[in-house]
Amino acid sequence: MAPILEINNLYKSYGSIEILKDINVSIEQGDFLVLVGPSGCGKSTLLNCIAGLEPISGGEVHIGGRDMTNVSPKDRDIAMVFQSYALYPTMTVAKNITFGMKVRGVDQATQEKKLAYVAQQLQIEQLLNRKPGHLSGGQRQRVAMGRALVRDPKLFLFDEPLSNLDAKLRVEMRTEIKSLHQRLGASMVYVTHDQIEAMTLATKIVVMKGGIIQQIGTPAEIYNHPANLFVADFMGSPAMNLIPAKARSDSAGTRIEIARKSGEPMVLTDRKNLSLPENVIIGVRPENIADANAQSGSDSQEADCVIDIVEPAGADTYAVMELGGKHVTARLHAETTASPGVMQRLAFDLGKVSYFAPDTGLRLN
Amino acid sequence: MVELSMTQAQAPAERQTGKIALRWVLYIVLVLFALFYLLPLFVMLTTSLKSLEEIRTGDLIALPREVTFAAWRTAWSEACTGIQCEGVRPFFWNSVLIALPAVAISTLLGAMNGYVVAQWSFRGANLFFSLMLFGCFIPFQVVLLPMARVLGLMGMAGTIPGLIFVHVIYGLGFTTLFFRNYYVSIPSELTKAAKVDGAGFFRIFWSIFLPLSLPIIVVTVIWQFTQIWNDFLFGVSFSQAGTQPVTVALNNIVNSTTGIKAYNVDMAAAIIAGLPTLLVYVIAGKYFVRGLTAGSVKG
Repeated sequence: MAPILEINNLYKSYGSIEILKDINVSIEQGDFLVLVGPSGCGKSTLLNCIAGLEPISGGEVHIGGRDMTNVSPKDRDIAMVFQSYALYPTMTVAKNITFGMKVRGVDQATQEKKLAYVAQQLQIEQLLNRKPGHLSGGQRQRVAMGRALVRDPKLFLFDEPLSNLDAKLRVEMRTEIKSLHQRLGASMVYVTHDQIEAMTLATKIVVMKGGIIQQIGTPAEIYNHPANLFVADFMGSPAMNLIPAKARSDSAGTRIEIARKSGEPMVLTDRKNLSLPENVIIGVRPENIADANAQSGSDSQEADCVIDIVEPAGADTYAVMELGGKHVTARLHAETTASPGVMQRLAFDLGKVSYFAPDTGLRLN
Repeated sequence: MVELSMTQAQAPAERQTGKIALRWVLYIVLVLFALFYLLPLFVMLTTSLKSLEEIRTGDLIALPREVTFAAWRTAWSEACTGIQCEGVRPFFWNSVLIALPAVAISTLLGAMNGYVVAQWSFRGANLFFSLMLFGCFIPFQVVLLPMARVLGLMGMAGTIPGLIFVHVIYGLGFTTLFFRNYYVSIPSELTKAAKVDGAGFFRIFWSIFLPLSLPIIVVTVIWQFTQIWNDFLFGVSFSQAGTQPVTVALNNIVNSTTGIKAYNVDMAAAIIAGLPTLLVYVIAGKYFVRGLTAGSVKG
C-alpha cells in the first residue's frame, strides 16, 4: 500500500535563506511520526509545508498516494492542532467543531451526529455550549483535537500542542494523545522540541537541526544507535556522556584510554575489534554506568573512579565524575555507597556504547 | 530609646497632615481647571436662554432672569444663512446624511484593510501600510486642491456624495491603522486553522474577525463620527448652498447677521451643532478608552 505521507526532496527558502534542505521522509498508515529538534530547526515549517499553509521551493508532498504539492490545505484531507489551540473565540465549542463542516456544506443531521461522536470520544459533552474563553487549558486542547477529529482526515498534524500546558497536564494529555492514536489507528505527524514527548509518543522519529534531517528511526534506534553527536546529545535525559578518548586495536580487542585529572588514564577494553581512528569520542548513557557488582553483564568493564558530586533524585542517584576532561554522569541505584571525593568501583557496559569521530561527529560503530 | 519612639510617633502624624494638604491642593487645582473648561459652555447655555434685552443690560456670567426658548426656535428654523432663512435644520440633516454613510463605509473599508495587512502577508504589505499611515499625517489643506480637481472630474463637486467620498478617503488612513493594530495581536494560527477548515478570505473575515472586533469598531466609529461631524474645512470647500453641513451653516449664521448681533441665537445654533458629538462622548466615551486598550483573544 502507498505510504500515507511521502515527502521527496523538499526544499524551502524564505528569499535567500534556506530553511529546509532536501527533506525525504515517508510513513505508513497508522504511524506516529514525531519531528523533533531545537528551536529554529525547521520542524514547524516542515509541518506547515505538509499542511499546505506554506508554499515549498522544491520537491513534492504526497498524501494518501496523491500529489498534494500545489493543493490548498482544505483539500489535502488533513486536520491540524495548533500550539495556541486557535479556537474561534466568539463561537461556542459546538460551533467551533462544526465550523469546517458548515463551510463545506454538510447537512445539519450529519453535523450533529459527528459532533456527538467526537464529544463523546474526548469527553467534552458538557462543554458544548461554552465559549473558549471559559475553558481551562486542557479543555481547550481537547476541543482543538475534537475539531481535528471531526474532519476524519487521512493525516493529523500537531504543532507543539502541549507546549502551553503546565507540566502535570502535559503528561496527562500526552497519554491521552497516545491512547487516541491507538484507539483510532490514525496517522499522525507531531512536532515538538521535547525529546521525552518524542520518545514516548512516536513510532518513528525525525531528528532535525538547521533544516537538515540528522536521523530517522524508531525511538529505540535513535536512543541506542544515534547517528551523530548531535542526536546522541539531544535525545535522552540526562544526556548521553560524550567523552574524548584514545583508541588502539590490540590482541584483546580495542583498547580505550580516557584521560583523568588524577594522572593515570582509565583503560577499558572493548572485546569487539573495531577499526577506530586514534582519537574518538565514546558515548555512554548514564544508565550504562553502574555500581560494579555480580550482576554486571559480560560486556561490562570495571574501573575505579573518583566521584565529584552525588545527586540523590529519589528512585536513582546521579553521580558526577570527571573523565577525559568532561563531566560524566552515572545513574546509580538509590542505595549506592558512592560519596563525594571517594573512589568508587563502576561498571561500564561497553555493549551499549557509541563511538563517534570527533571531526565529523558521525557514528563509527 | 524613648527619643526614637517619639520621633517615630511624630513622623506618621506629620506625613498624614502633609498628605491631606496635598490632597486639598490637588482638588482645588482640578476644580479650577474644570471651571476654566466648562465656563464657555455655561456662558453659551445661559446666553441662549436669555432675551436680547437681558444680554445687553445684564452680566455675562449671570443666570437668566427670565428663561426663554425663543432663541432656540429661531436658531433651528428661522435663522438666516445668507439668502435662505431656514435655520440650521436642513443643514443638520445634511450633516447626518454625510456623517452616517461616511462613518459606516470608512469603518468597513478600514476593517478589511487592517485584516489584509495584519493577517495576509504579501510582498510589499509593510510598504503599503506605511504609505497609508503617511496619509494620516497629511494636513487637510494640502488635500484641498487635488481633491477639488478629482471631484470636478467625477462630477461630484458640491454634492453630498462628494463630501461622503472626501471623508471616506481621508478617514481610511486612520481606520486602517486602528484595525490593523487590533488585528495584529490576533495570532495568525487562527487564520491557519480557518484555512484548514476550508474557509476563504471573506469567510474568515466575516465569521471570525468581525465578531471579535467590537471594541475597535466602537473606537473607530466614535473617532470617525467626531472627525466628520466637526469638520469645517472640507465642508466649506466642497459644498454649495444646499449641501452645506451644519458647521458651515453655523459659520454663515454668525457672519450674516445684519444690524444687531443676536447672541442668543448664535449660542443656541452653536449648541445644536455641537450636540451630537457631545452626546456621543457622554454615552460612549468610556468605551473609546476601553476599546483602545482591549485585548482581543485569549486562547
